[in-house]
Parts: sequence; C-alpha cells; structure tokens
Amino acid sequence: MPIRSYPLPSVETWQNVPQAPPDSIFKLTAAYKADSTPNKINVGVGAYRDDNNKPWVLPVVKKATEILLNDPALDHEYLPITGLPEYTAAAARLILGPDSPAIKEGRVASVQTISGTGANHLGALFLSRFYEFNGAPTINLSNPTWANHHAIFKNVGITPVEYPYYDPQTIALAFEPLIMHLTAAPERSVLLLHACAHNPTGVDPTEEQWAKIADTMLEKGHYAFFDCAYQGFASGDLEKDAAAVRYFVSRKVPLLVCQSFAKNAGLYGERVGALHIIGTTKEQADRIKSQLSVLQRAEISNPPSHGARLVSLILNTPELFEEWKRDIKTMAHRIIDMRQQLYNILTNELHTPGKWNHITDQIGMFSFTGLNAEQSKAMVDKAHIYLTTNGRISMAGLNSKNIRYFAECMDKAVRGTL
Amino acid sequence: MLVARSVSKQAFARNLRTISAWSAVPAGPPDPILGITEAFKADKDPRKINLGVGAYRDENGKPYVLPSVKAAEEKIMAAKLDKEYLPITGFAEYTKLAAKLAYGEDSSVITNNLVAATQSISGTGALRVGAAFLARHYPHAKTIYLPTPSWGNHTPIFRDSGIEVKGYRYFDKKTVGLDFAGLKEDLRAAPEKSIVLLHACAHNPTGVDPTPEQWKEISDIVKERQLFPFFDMAYQGFASGDTVRDAFALRHFVKEGHQVALAQSFAKNMGLYGERVGLFSLTTSSPEEKARVDSQIKIIVRPLYSNPPLHGARIAGTILGDAALNQQWLGEVKGMADRIISMREVLYNTLQNDLKTPGEWSHIKSQIGMFSFTGLQAPQAKALAEKAHIYMTMDGRISMAGLNSGNINYFAEGVDAAVRGNL
Repeated sequence: MPIRSYPLPSVETWQNVPQAPPDSIFKLTAAYKADSTPNKINVGVGAYRDDNNKPWVLPVVKKATEILLNDPALDHEYLPITGLPEYTAAAARLILGPDSPAIKEGRVASVQTISGTGANHLGALFLSRFYEFNGAPTINLSNPTWANHHAIFKNVGITPVEYPYYDPQTIALAFEPLIMHLTAAPERSVLLLHACAHNPTGVDPTEEQWAKIADTMLEKGHYAFFDCAYQGFASGDLEKDAAAVRYFVSRKVPLLVCQSFAKNAGLYGERVGALHIIGTTKEQADRIKSQLSVLQRAEISNPPSHGARLVSLILNTPELFEEWKRDIKTMAHRIIDMRQQLYNILTNELHTPGKWNHITDQIGMFSFTGLNAEQSKAMVDKAHIYLTTNGRISMAGLNSKNIRYFAECMDKAVRGTL
Repeated sequence: MLVARSVSKQAFARNLRTISAWSAVPAGPPDPILGITEAFKADKDPRKINLGVGAYRDENGKPYVLPSVKAAEEKIMAAKLDKEYLPITGFAEYTKLAAKLAYGEDSSVITNNLVAATQSISGTGALRVGAAFLARHYPHAKTIYLPTPSWGNHTPIFRDSGIEVKGYRYFDKKTVGLDFAGLKEDLRAAPEKSIVLLHACAHNPTGVDPTPEQWKEISDIVKERQLFPFFDMAYQGFASGDTVRDAFALRHFVKEGHQVALAQSFAKNMGLYGERVGLFSLTTSSPEEKARVDSQIKIIVRPLYSNPPLHGARIAGTILGDAALNQQWLGEVKGMADRIISMREVLYNTLQNDLKTPGEWSHIKSQIGMFSFTGLQAPQAKALAEKAHIYMTMDGRISMAGLNSGNINYFAEGVDAAVRGNL
C-alpha cells in the first residue's frame, strides 16, 4: 500500500474562536458553590427553594409522575411538531381563560416550546420572518429586563431598544416616561411586556396603568409580546396573574404570549413551555400555526415529551389541578412571608436607613432591593451573600434560618459598615 | 376588574391596520415526513400500514419501550431526583458517556479530553447547534455539501442557519446503489475547505452505505481537498446491530487526523424519540481550544432554549453509565437491528420468489438500517396510500421497522400491484 502524504486539515480551524464570557447568573452560582463558608446564601438564581433551602419537587408533580410511569400505555414516541395537543390546549386555557373568546373562536395558534426561552425564541423568530416592521426590525424591552431577552432577539436579527420601566429614585414603575416612550415610538412597534412579576424588578403595573398602556398601544397600532414566566407564582392566584394578558386580549391588542411552567410547576429542567399567537380569524391562526410548525421542524423537529405529559395530566385532571393550585400557594405564600419578615426586620428592628416598603410592594420571585453595585459587591465579598450587581435578590433564597443574617448584612451594607 | 373602554375613532382606524398583522402569512406546507403520520392517523382502514416515519415497531406493530430504558426509568424514579436546570451544555455524565460511545473510549480525542460537546435536542438539535456554530465560527466556507438524496430536514436546518446547501452525487438510481465514482468526482470538485455532511451509517433515506474500503478513499479525498467533515450519526448500533462497527467511518476519520463535527441521536437506538436526546460535538486540537469552543457553544444555546431537557438524558446517562444496563441495552439494539434484517430477507423473498414482481429487488437485502429506498416513484407511493392504505414518503422510502409477519404479505402484494400498475 503506497504511503500517501496529504496535508492534514488545518489544526487552526478553530484557532480564532474567541473565549466567550461566562453567563453572569451561572457564574454567580458557581462562585457560591465554591464558597465553603457555612452561612453563605445564594439569592442569585431564580429557582424556588423551600424553607430548608432545598429544591422543591411539587407534591402534585410527584403524583403525576407516578401516574405517568405506571401507565402501561406510556411510550417515548415523537410528539407532533407543535407538541402534545392536550397540553397546548390546556396551557392556552390556563393563560387566556377557559372562556376566552379567542379560544372559542379558534383564533389561538399554540405550540409547545422548550420552556420560556424556547417560546421567546420561536416568537421572536416568527416576528423576524413575518412581522411587517415599521423600518428596521426592533423590539422594545423594559429597562431593565431579563438579560437573555437581549440575546434572544439579537440572535434572530431584531435589535433591542429600551423603554423606561424602573425608576431607581422611587424604586417603582416609571409610568409617565413609559407612556411617553410608547407614544413617541413609531407606529406598529413591538413591545415586550412581562405579564406579571416583572423580572428583575418585581414591579408590576397596576390595573389602571395596564389599561392606559393598552390604550396607547391601540392608538399606535403596537404589538404586544407578552412573556409570562410566573403565572400563579406572583400573587398565588392563577387567574389574577393572567389578568393583564386577558385584558389585552379583550381589548383586541394584537399579541402573542410566551408561557413557562419552569417556576409555577417547579419543572425547570424538564423545559415545559408554550407559545400562543392570537390571530384575528381561525383561518389566520391555522396559517400562523403551520408556519410555526415549519420553523420548529428546522430547529428541534418536535418538543420533549416528559414534562409536557406531566403538565397535561395536572391541567386536565380536576383533582390534580386543585392540588397544583395549593402547591403554588405554598410557594407564593412562603415568598410573601419572607418579604414581610425582611421588611419588618429592616424597618422595625434594625431601623435600617431608608424606606423598605418596596420589598413588600414588589411581586414574584425577585426583589430589586435598592442596593447599589458597590453594596451588592460588598455583600458577596464580605458577607458571602450572592446577589447580582443590580441589587436583585431571589426571595426564594431566603428562609427562616438565614433571613436574620441576611437582614443584618443588608443593614450593614446600607450603613457602609460591612 | 379591568373593563374594556370605548375606543377613539383614530384608534379604530389604526386598529383596522393592526388587525391585519398576520394577514399576509401564507399557509406552510405539511412536513413531507411527519405529515405522512398525520395522514395515516386519519385513515380508518384496518389494513393500514405506516412506513413513513423512522420509528421502530415490534413484531406486533407496536412502539417498543426498551426494557433497559424501563429499568433506567425505575432507577431514576427511586432516586427521587430534583428537577433543577441542567447546565447549558447539559447533563455532564451523559455528554461524556455519549461522546465515548461514538468516538470510542480509546480514541485519542477522548483520552486527551479534546471533544467539545453539548447535550442537544436529539439529532435535529445537534445539527442545528452545529450549523449555527459553523456559520459563526468556521472561517473557510459557508457552504455544506449534502449527499443526494439526504434526509429532507437537513436542507432547512442548514439554510436557516445561514449556510448554503449544495449536493454531491450519492445514490445511483440505475444500480440502486452507491454512485461512488460520482461521489468522488463531486467531492474533488468542491472548493477546498468546504463543509461536507456524511451519514456515519445507515444512510437516510437510501440505506446505501459506503464499504469500509470506500470510506477510506473518501477520507483520503476529504484530506486532499481539506474538506470539513460533519458526521450525522442517528443510527449507531441500529445499522449492523453493533455500535462499534457502525462507528467505523467516524472513528477512521478521527484516527486519520481529521477534525470533525458530529451530530448524534439516541432517538432510535434507545427508542427515546420524543424525549429528544442527542449530542453535538466537535474535536479540537488542545484543551485550551476546547474551552474556547465550549464557551461559544454555550453562547449559541442560551438564546435558543437556555438548557436541554432532563428526563431523556438521565435515562441515557443511567444506561451508558451502568455496566449491566449497558450490556442489556446493546443486546436490545441488536435485537431491533436483527428483526429489521429478517424483514428485509422476507420482503426480498416474497417479491423476488413468491410474487415474482418485475424488477430487481436485491437492494432490499443489501441496504442497511431502518430505511429502504424501494425504487417506487411518487405516483406509485401516492396510489399505495390512497388505494391500499400503505403510507410511505413520496420518494419511495419505507421504514422497514413498520413491517412485521402480520402485514408483510399485504405490503408485498401492494408493491407488486403498484409496480404492475394494477392498484
């Protein structure tokens, strides 16, 4: 056999691939994990923890899992491209309401997605292909918003533009500037709105403010891109947390909604989500769904089965649905309790300088404490309390065992004595 | 309670414009492969046969949950694990073992820890992440050469990622075999450093694979032209019944010093279809390079879906990581492959010797894996669906796994009638 000598493929193929920065949230968690200090606290990542700081698999999820695994008919066959039909239909009813006219009229195009991220991506991708942008494709994102929103839209060629949302002076909604931005924006702009429990601030518009936002959006022909990752988790009540989305549907604001069961069903890693795009007619919704199907097929072919089957069981079995509502209340109420306790310790016991009612006013898993970057860094470095530099804490990281230590450190950070 | 308010005339006029946000969205076509299953489901005829999608069926035409998979699931249940997010690149135990399975535990890229890998949404997701990675970071070309024909979904996956799709000759209709001369000519003619997609084993849709000798020649040409090989391996173990044998081409290329990309799927060989278990990997030249590549893979994954699903990867990881379960699994894969091989034998005999159907049918025996390119044309495939309730894709591809002793005669008679024009 003659010895051939051809040049080997260039080992420089990947030579110029630059090192990417690590994801900031995961980096924080990694630092926390590496920390050997016994009273360290992780208030960084938004995953629920019970009072013993343990991940909590919901009792109803355990029940549903038993049922599923004991079903002799269970297999691992492919789901349809757009997902498990019983799941997507129930998910639509959950967010839009079982009596929603949009559902009754068949105007909802629903697709199962890889949790909320997958829904945001697919929704953004659909817009990038089919939305008639007024000028260059842009998305209006709240300042601040979940960091991944920026990457998701940029990734499909839609440029993020920020709208005023959070006022650091009042630690509340910058409502007038928000409305001014909506009014000044070109007609038919696309706006990403957090349906409830705004991430990262925890500041939600009031009913009146939602109504005014809807007014302005209708006047300008804007499109609402709702992101709903905390239904039930914000107030403890599924219906209440869906009010803004349902209101916008009733006002006929053109919209889509991204849905996640990561937090409210504790299914994080199973990646259970959905995207619902509302059309003006059934025929239009059918066309939209067919195009979503084409997009989905070229990326994942069909979505993962297990988590969707669990949620479908829970949503479609009355006793399980009731149990789920109780589990959600357990989580939401523990968080509300932590808010009250933290407020109480800071205000009435430690008399920490400043006003702290935003801690109880804010909603959902996160709280924008008002701590600045320097104070947040001191919390990490001196107190081994891990939070992001914007002063955001995940309330779920607090519990009856660590809340006093946390409050005392926060007090010192504010006073500059950490 | 939020209440609807009256809307000004101006807003109403604008409403009319916004009402038509999606009025121009055209209806998308049904998927050529998955759409067949939809049509099959809607068919009420008791004799119906689904030979469309490549999902294994047992002797009774039923989906087959591998016993090793069931055992793994029970183990996982008993362990009472949580549902926390996986890292962006997935379940680390699983990714390590999956890469080992593909490349071989003695491979230099494994022993030197040079494989950058991410758990993916099955094979489709692996291809998609890979395509996005190449589009962004492969410096030399933005074109991929696919064999003609290839799996239908390859084209939109690469095109949507911004990579131009071209073809190289592969299937010879006349011989119903490999057009090796055409393949070599086309790869030699491709611009240097182009990307080339290679089906590692059990080519989909034809079932026609190069021989080991032919693979060696292909490797030489790929080296000569400095082409970048992207392997798609969706059937490891399923083709011959032997996972080592089915990985020959991939491992030969790596041994020859090629840097490769690989898309792996456990949909078929572990029957985990809907759980979406796969792996995308790249071989790198140093641990430092691996770290850089790894960091960029994460940048691609995070805005698409953040992190991959737990359940299926836990099952696969449990099986691959447990010696007894792994052995059991290998036996079950062989069992599936053997049943398919026996169906090929029976179908060939029935057409060739019993029905004496006009034409040459030995390709049914020589083709490998789940699929067979029957040689039937689109009008015949259409007629078989409409008249005989036998469903296959319009390119004449059948999934052998859909055949069993209960339906193979009916199928053979349908093919015979279609060929003779008697349907």
